[in-house]
Amino acid sequence: MQKWQNQRAWFLVIPVVVLVAFNALIPLMTVVNYSVQDIFDPTHRIFVGTEWYQEMLLNSRLQHALLRQLIFSGLVLLIELPLGVAIALTMPRRGGWAISATLVIIALPLLIPWNVIGTIWVIFLRPDVGLLGHFIDHTLGIHFDYPTVPLQAWISVMMMEVWHWTPLVVLLAYAGLRSIPDAYYQAASIDAASRWAVFRYIELPKMRGVLTIAVLLRFMDSFLIYTEPFVLTGGGPGDATTFLSIYLVKLAVGEFDVGKAAAFSIIYFLIVLLFSYVFYQVLLRAQRGEVR
Amino acid sequence: MALIEFENVAHSYLRSPARMEDYALRPMNLAWQHGGAYALLGPSGSGKTTLLNIISGLLRPSAGRVLFDGRDVTDSSTVQRNIAQVFQFPVIYDTMTVFDNLAFPLRNRGVASAEVRSRVSEVAEMLELTDDLRRRASGLAADEKQKVSLGRGLVRSDVSAILFDEPLTVVDPYLKWRLRRKLKEIHKRYSVTLIYVTHDQGEALTFADRVVVMHDGSVLQEGTPQELFDTPTHRFVGYFIGSPGMNFLPCRLSADGAEVAGQFIPLAAALRSKAAQATGLEIGIRPEAIGLKGSGKGLAVEIGDVVNLGTRKVATCRLGEHEIKVVVPPEQPIPSERGVLEFNPAMTRLYADGRLVG
Amino acid sequence: MKDRGRFIWLLVYLLVLLLPIYWMLNMSLRDNNDIMSRLAFFPDHPVLHNYIEILTDPSWYWGYINSFAYVSINTAICLVVALPAAYAFSRYRFLGDKHLFFWLLTNRMAPAAVFLLPVFQLYSALGLLDTYIAVALAHTLFNVPLAVWILEGFMSGVPREIDETAFIDGYSLPRFFLVVFIPLIRAGVGVTAFFCFMFSWVELLFARTLTVTNAKPIAVVMTRTVSASGLDWGLLAAAGMLTIVPGALVIYFVRNYIAKGFALGRV
Repeated sequence: MQKWQNQRAWFLVIPVVVLVAFNALIPLMTVVNYSVQDIFDPTHRIFVGTEWYQEMLLNSRLQHALLRQLIFSGLVLLIELPLGVAIALTMPRRGGWAISATLVIIALPLLIPWNVIGTIWVIFLRPDVGLLGHFIDHTLGIHFDYPTVPLQAWISVMMMEVWHWTPLVVLLAYAGLRSIPDAYYQAASIDAASRWAVFRYIELPKMRGVLTIAVLLRFMDSFLIYTEPFVLTGGGPGDATTFLSIYLVKLAVGEFDVGKAAAFSIIYFLIVLLFSYVFYQVLLRAQRGEVR
Repeated sequence: MALIEFENVAHSYLRSPARMEDYALRPMNLAWQHGGAYALLGPSGSGKTTLLNIISGLLRPSAGRVLFDGRDVTDSSTVQRNIAQVFQFPVIYDTMTVFDNLAFPLRNRGVASAEVRSRVSEVAEMLELTDDLRRRASGLAADEKQKVSLGRGLVRSDVSAILFDEPLTVVDPYLKWRLRRKLKEIHKRYSVTLIYVTHDQGEALTFADRVVVMHDGSVLQEGTPQELFDTPTHRFVGYFIGSPGMNFLPCRLSADGAEVAGQFIPLAAALRSKAAQATGLEIGIRPEAIGLKGSGKGLAVEIGDVVNLGTRKVATCRLGEHEIKVVVPPEQPIPSERGVLEFNPAMTRLYADGRLVG
Repeated sequence: MKDRGRFIWLLVYLLVLLLPIYWMLNMSLRDNNDIMSRLAFFPDHPVLHNYIEILTDPSWYWGYINSFAYVSINTAICLVVALPAAYAFSRYRFLGDKHLFFWLLTNRMAPAAVFLLPVFQLYSALGLLDTYIAVALAHTLFNVPLAVWILEGFMSGVPREIDETAFIDGYSLPRFFLVVFIPLIRAGVGVTAFFCFMFSWVELLFARTLTVTNAKPIAVVMTRTVSASGLDWGLLAAAGMLTIVPGALVIYFVRNYIAKGFALGRV
């Protein structure tokens, strides 16, 4: 839409800027500060410039972790976005007990602390005492031992992740769908449009905003993921499910040098920033192509 | 085109309506002729949109039957009734061009592309959209978008009626007249039934051949704009139509006429005899039907405010505790403090409990 | 009917969602030995001691209360601050608006772990450690951008003509916002409120770093379930079950906001 030009709009935005900047800028500056120093202890520091950055970027283990991370986030987007939208389309439109129950159930996985989720799935997937593990091992006949089989570890992590986070996409997509005025559906019915045409020409375009947020959110959060996969697999077997965050923590715990970890964090941040920016621009162009 | 009839149609949004107040639409019988231009006029909440949605099939009435050309269509969908509807805000397919928007209803019905092209060009030309055909529909202004909505109804040659639900709400005031003129042209050219819902009497009275005035879920009166103006059958119609609305003066019958605040108004004998037993009597007279003089025979009144509207003047006069508004030609001088009113007997109406007598 | 087919898939999905949660319920009603020794679809002898321990031990239930306190404060702050900002981004063009909008989101892009120490030092210097307000404010770092983005998306779906009509009719901006605008973006407000609540509720790192005892959240209390004899599975599961309750209440409360969505009536 055409927006009004008005610099005074800044007043509406200032509270947000103050809050976020307060929490972000000072710590960020501190981290940048650490990242260019070699810190033996609080009283012994040397300025080393970009040495940490060079070392990190050339580190092959980091590159492998990055690759695993990209595959993971890619899979997350490919599965959760279509699935979430599809589920949202099946949800009842009118109010009533059906939609209340559905919304509550869908919200449940999101509300469990992440360490608890990992812990529950550890038990859930055990072939001896867990429901799913038992089912796979005994009923499907597949020897299930995800702590030692890399592919199974990946599938386990993906199952847990999709179970945990698809509801976010569902809720966003559903809210977006509910925001479409009835008149559009009525007009489509008058125009004798098929169900697919209604989805393609009315629902999908009107959900563009909501889906952009869903893509960015899921990408960012999955790229930074730590607790759930760590509790489930510890990054293993070996390095098989060591995503970027897990590698970062391993490094920081293993080394005693905050400087290295700080540099890694900055690199990490810039990678997420770069990808997010690209996603955002692509989705924005798609949106703008429609609306103007 | 179709003759649309309502047989005892009523609607309540509640599952088990108990009293009359629970009904959004009270039981009614109506008929809409082929190719007529109708306006549904009334304030918000009067049931106009409910009625419109029942005609189009978007709403199934709780009671009664809807007939198209004698066929019972009460259970038929909008598509099956061949209705087109234009909504309060522009409903267009944002991702499509104007051409594709207009072609959409035809393509969905499997019409051959050559014919699609010819129908769309014809309608686009009628609506002055030809230059915009290749543009993305989302980039148009509000009134142009409404034209596209309208166009989707016109492209279908078999459309039985086009329904409008306050379509000019989001259109800039100075563009409204353009669209209204367009609608009149369309009506003349296609002679399709048009039913137009509005709360603006100006829109209704200029657009329609026949106006249906609604209030609180009931149809109060149906007639030509002139009939509604001259002979409102219901107090509300008299008050709602005209600017300013009809004057209503509580009165008592007397020997040759009626008495208001101790003064005499002549009234035809036939009217008086019909109203002999009635209660709640009021004289109803339009401000345009009253003559204002400085002195002479007639009702003696005090002159209050005078508003000059350019094409006419409106004087608010006082008769005892009653207010009477009078419309006067702009050149006519108005006495400053006191004057005399003369009611045109042919235009003087009598109302009993809000209903027209005679 | 087509609808029946759709609902089957929804039911399947809901069932899949409920299975691990049912498993958590199952575990919460059993002893640890029992949990680790055999597979049981239903607990043979359901025990309640896990729940009783949590509900009677002050350090446990205070954890819930603390969490609920700072999460509620956080959600309120986020909504109050994000609504005007989102409106500004949606309706106005101003210097740096696009960059500012994207910058907000960048605050969710950094791994939290390395920021713990600086954040701790910052709040310590302000004397705010171990208070509800500290955690509530710290969480605005990632919740406010989310709120602004979601709300802006929904606001942009409302045509500007509505604003103009209201202003012509004499509404002031605050009154227009409360009476006309917010009802139109109900779905966005409902979803935003829930997400702010949810992300703050499950956040562990900052909550743990900034609290000691007075404001210690439930997520931290739950780490107490690790002891010398290993993990107390039953207790953890019971705590997990109880954790769901406040959030479930929140989404229940906003369900009508989300489900009723856009209501373009006569303005």
